[in-house]
Amino acid sequence: MNQFIWPHKDLLDVDDLSLEEISYLLDSAEQFQEVNSRPIKKVPTLRGKGIVLFFAEDSTRTKTSFDIAGKRLSADTFALGKSGSSMNKGESLKDTALTLEAMNPDILVIRHSANGAAHFLAERLTRCSVVNAGDGRHAHPTQALLDAYTLRRQWQGKMQGKTVLIVGDILHSRVARSNIKLLSALGVKVRLFAPRTLMPLHIAHWPAEEAHDLNEGLAGTDAVICLRLQLERQTSGLLPDLAEYAARFCITSKSLSLAAPGAVVLHPGPINRGLEISAELADSPHSRILDQVNAGVAVRMAVLLTLGSRNDALAAACGQ
Amino acid sequence: MNHIYTMAENNFLLKGGVRKPGAKPVDLLVKDGCIAACEPSGGLEAPVDFALHEAGGQLLFPSFIDAHVHLREPGFEYKEDITSGLTAALHGGFGAVMPMANTRPVNDSAAVTRLMLEKAKAAYPHGPRLYPVGALSLELAGKALSPMGELREAGAVAISNDGRPVRDSDIFRHAVEYAATWGLTVIDHCEDESLAPDWKMNESETSATLGIKGQPPAGEALQVARDILLAEYLHLPIHLAHISCRESLELIRWGKARGVPITAETCPQYLFLDDSMLINYDTAFKTSPPLRGKADVKALRAALADGVIDMLVTDHAPHAAHEKEVPFEEAASGMIGLETAVAVSYDLVRQGVIPHTRFEELWCSGPARIFKLPINTFQPGDRADFFLFDTEARWVVSPELLHSKSHNTPWLGRELSGRVSAHWLSGLKLL
Repeated sequence: MNQFIWPHKDLLDVDDLSLEEISYLLDSAEQFQEVNSRPIKKVPTLRGKGIVLFFAEDSTRTKTSFDIAGKRLSADTFALGKSGSSMNKGESLKDTALTLEAMNPDILVIRHSANGAAHFLAERLTRCSVVNAGDGRHAHPTQALLDAYTLRRQWQGKMQGKTVLIVGDILHSRVARSNIKLLSALGVKVRLFAPRTLMPLHIAHWPAEEAHDLNEGLAGTDAVICLRLQLERQTSGLLPDLAEYAARFCITSKSLSLAAPGAVVLHPGPINRGLEISAELADSPHSRILDQVNAGVAVRMAVLLTLGSRNDALAAACGQ
Repeated sequence: MNHIYTMAENNFLLKGGVRKPGAKPVDLLVKDGCIAACEPSGGLEAPVDFALHEAGGQLLFPSFIDAHVHLREPGFEYKEDITSGLTAALHGGFGAVMPMANTRPVNDSAAVTRLMLEKAKAAYPHGPRLYPVGALSLELAGKALSPMGELREAGAVAISNDGRPVRDSDIFRHAVEYAATWGLTVIDHCEDESLAPDWKMNESETSATLGIKGQPPAGEALQVARDILLAEYLHLPIHLAHISCRESLELIRWGKARGVPITAETCPQYLFLDDSMLINYDTAFKTSPPLRGKADVKALRAALADGVIDMLVTDHAPHAAHEKEVPFEEAASGMIGLETAVAVSYDLVRQGVIPHTRFEELWCSGPARIFKLPINTFQPGDRADFFLFDTEARWVVSPELLHSKSHNTPWLGRELSGRVSAHWLSGLKLL
């Protein structure tokens, strides 16, 4: 039997993935979630592999999630931030990347404020896999995968025909961009709602519909993904003030009552309680926010294992 | 004593050049660096001490003018200098270039203008010629007017704030008036930077997908509208630089119909490339103004034919590799064009967008008329500045073939049809 070899060196965005590949990643995440519930959570699959976590933009939860995922696979993880690297000394991203590659990691996980930063690295690093952990406003594939994973569990695998409303600052959101692509690929109808200043123009080609008001967006939806509002948006002239935003765009238990029975709410975190999501909803049984965090580790284990074992599989195939 | 004939290099007969496709070939007699006669092939007899050159049926053009380049000297010689920039011009078919003032120091004084002219004269005493564009405001800061009288005396032929759009309409108005005092035309880089500050590309489907901040076409058109209204009110000429979008074209059309003394240029990149080509974050396509949509490309092509656009320029903007090999938003804006522009834009003739004569006009008599520069019209007495263009030649743009110090062109690695095969300036064969 031919050994399955993952066809992608990198994970830059979800639209690189076929439906089979998405299912493969989500299925292996299921297995890891089981591993994660055991008393001993570590498996030896990536022993001896090196993973560099290069987070040039502030992040706690995504970095920790990748770190735990790598360690549970027995890989060695090395974290590097912008301040820990020479980027503060004016080193270009290209040189940082080449320097990192010269240390022979197997996987480089990158979070960067520049759109396309992960593409930039993947084009230049020929020997190690690049995982995009969020680039600018462009893409955040592992977040989209863990959201899809969470919803797939919620709906017992039946994604087709479900409706998801993504609400909040879509203009600046890499989470929204990746989620729209991935959820629609899985047969989910995606609706979007945001104040006009936080919604990009020219999105007729996106596989999503714009709702005209929040109630229309909520009506009959099976899940709501709230996006974090960056607090500096009001000083940049895109919003009058946070009180107005909270009064009109905050998702509460009451708003969820317009959705389909059993609808759930997701949020990529960290949440602003009382701004984009009410505290009572975040703490209610409708919230899947902590499930998302939990799924995040399993999904990232699946991604790291798939890419980390790819080179070995390639070598074995060549050796035959 | 025997008489020794010395063969002067700039005395020769060029046989068999073709002035436009399908036309009968002509012979060109050049004496002392000037056109002596231009007649149907076979009609001219060269004096015995004249050299003979064969054009072999290649297209014969008067040397072109590029009225919008950045040669980076003084201050940024690692990107380009006047010598390398003029070498690129020579190989590209250009006998004259107009370098913009955004050097370091800025060309806002006679000292800088003279330095540029001296460098050019030392590198190429017989051309390509340099016609500097003086800064509109001191240090291009958009606040205090530059000494335009002094700049003109030193050799500046126009005034511009290129690269640093003037937002303050009052200062811009006074600059147009003051420049006119010296017979100078203002070239305006039209961009209202208060709309979408810090944009990195056109606002479009592609920018929405890439997550990159975009500039709507109105960012350009707003300032085009301002300039047209001011030119009409003041009865003074304003030249609009590198027009990129159809909204601007509609406004220019409106202004010209009213008789407003405005003229406009565009560049090959806006006629052949569109913003969908940025989808892989290739920084070679990043430029200012940004590449727009396919409908803009179409409208610009139509505007070349119907006269809304008066001339073509390259906006040759060299940048070093390390300024382009960075994430897209950090990358420098601009592309080089001197050595590819003629080959790239000749496709407009091949594709039937414009006739051959219009092509020549857009690159030669168009800018000459607007900036009052001399050109070769193949009449006796004209300076013998001309080049041959081999339409059959195919070549792949590569760093080894470019003479510019920088290689930031989206055509790198692509095959082009047609190449400048020989170039005479002041009757001297420099290429």
